[in-house]
Amino acid sequence: MTTVLERPHTPEPAPAAALVDLAIATQGLTKRFRTGQVAVDGIDLDVPRGAVYGFLGPNGSGKTTTIRMLLGLLSADDGEVELLGQPMPGALARVLPRVGALIEGPAFHPYLTGSANLRRLDASDATADPATGGARIAEALARVGLTAAQGKKFRHYSLGMKQRLGLAAALLQPRDLLVLDEPTNGLDPQGTREVRNLIRELASDGTTVLVSSHLLAEIEQVATHVGIMSAGKLLRQGTLAEVLSDGAAVVRIATPDVAEAAALLQGMGLQGVQPDPAREELRARLGDVAAEEVARAVITAGVRLRGLAVERPDLEDLFVALTGEGFDVLQ
Amino acid sequence: MSSSDVLAPAFVAPTRYRGAFGRLYRSEVRLILGRRRNLAMLVVLSIVPLLIGIAVKVSTPRGGDGPQFLGQITGNGLFLVFTALTVGMPLFLPLVVGVVAGDSVAGEAGLGTLRYLLTVPVTRSRVLTVKTLGVLTFTATAVLVVGLMGILAGGILFGLHDVTLLSGDTVSLGNGLLRTLGVIAYVVVALFGLAAGGVFVSTLTENAIAAMATTVGIAVLSLLLDAVPQLSGLHPYLLTHNWLGFGELLRGQVDTGALLSWSGLHLAYAAIFLSLAWARLSTKDVTG
Repeated sequence: MTTVLERPHTPEPAPAAALVDLAIATQGLTKRFRTGQVAVDGIDLDVPRGAVYGFLGPNGSGKTTTIRMLLGLLSADDGEVELLGQPMPGALARVLPRVGALIEGPAFHPYLTGSANLRRLDASDATADPATGGARIAEALARVGLTAAQGKKFRHYSLGMKQRLGLAAALLQPRDLLVLDEPTNGLDPQGTREVRNLIRELASDGTTVLVSSHLLAEIEQVATHVGIMSAGKLLRQGTLAEVLSDGAAVVRIATPDVAEAAALLQGMGLQGVQPDPAREELRARLGDVAAEEVARAVITAGVRLRGLAVERPDLEDLFVALTGEGFDVLQ
Repeated sequence: MSSSDVLAPAFVAPTRYRGAFGRLYRSEVRLILGRRRNLAMLVVLSIVPLLIGIAVKVSTPRGGDGPQFLGQITGNGLFLVFTALTVGMPLFLPLVVGVVAGDSVAGEAGLGTLRYLLTVPVTRSRVLTVKTLGVLTFTATAVLVVGLMGILAGGILFGLHDVTLLSGDTVSLGNGLLRTLGVIAYVVVALFGLAAGGVFVSTLTENAIAAMATTVGIAVLSLLLDAVPQLSGLHPYLLTHNWLGFGELLRGQVDTGALLSWSGLHLAYAAIFLSLAWARLSTKDVTG
């Protein structure tokens, strides 16, 4: 598999991981609710510095609970959290000024204007320079395209504008780490694109971004790393390439000679051969066989070839494979 | 040092600016006084002395009934302040204090802004301190509004003169105004116990309306218990029992010992409620 070459480091667990400079590191992080339900079940989150980490999982899988524990809003029942190398929640007052956050949707005072809400947050930040407050607020508003709406009361904002104001609040100060929980919720396609570009821009400045989402296509476009949660457990974590390489590539051959082709592929040692005579095509898992070998073998054998394609599973296929298909909330 | 410390760029804690708490406090006061609901309550409070004053002015004098100090108003406008506070203490002022105190933490939790305040970060003890100071500022403002409107309306309707005290002595107007200031301060301290109770209740829920109702309920319950003669042993320790004790300041010989012990009780209530609030907020899981 060529993807192996793209790996920045061998995905060996514990000892090697400790050498990587991590912006977020948790060990055995666990949260039980009073009902006895385990919302987060001993997860070891490793978010390297400079990464755009896509934090994925179905609704109710424990993403937001994890994020709340990272930021010291919820106490962990077990396990440890380090943000930017500092222990949380012990170093909360020192670390959080370097962290911008959007947690489970934006929340502001409805009867204050957009800019008055940002002034309120800036006034409560002991590390914010009061002399530059106005300029920083104006810049944050401009960055999310809210300059024209800054004088409107928050309660008159549309869902997308509220989301933008939440992002502006996270950008009031220069940050080393951004934790964005569902940042594109409620945004139109245009706004979604803007947020994606914003994340790319911030990441290129060296900011580490943890972005949770259930919009997999979104994540696939911006993430360098992903972690997939389900029912409180972190099922898979690594660089995007590593995680995607879990799924096996499939070769699809279009041919009227389905039976001959199927026999040929089986003879070459391909697994999971699925002939589909009605549609005049067949599929098989490539395994270690190169696609060009298959193509040559098919033509050499005189099978009439109409088309040959290699399909790699995308994040969505993998996600569904890991977390299950149904609509049911697992917990 | 662990290996990650070697590789990581040394963590530099951001500089904290001087006067940060003052900025936060001013922002909190602006938030409270900028709310139309709270301003409306202050307006209603300011009307109380005006209404009493006009009612006394237009009605023919009658002895006997009516709230404390009512009879003295026609003689000296300053007594309008004391009458208005006597009328306001059992209902209006606790209501106003209950609304703002009940809203303090629960309002932010209900809106979801508490989680953003905490991740700014504002530490939990700082949130509690600034919320308490905000409520206390509003309480003082509310009592001052009643006091100033009382002096204004009383002065215009009846004139301000040298003050004949309850003990029969007469003191100068300046002395009377000083005593009025003392009365206002006493009322603020008395209401602080309730305000702290409201802040505590406010840390228990995300439902601001429930917290407001509960806070006012605390005052009502205390007033009810105070009215049951069989519980007279309990009365001196009730939150509301000495709320009208400010009359002591209108005697020739002020019993400072009694005033101090009553104020001490109010402050003890405040200390207990605020300790409970701190215990609750510092360990609370913020899910709102």
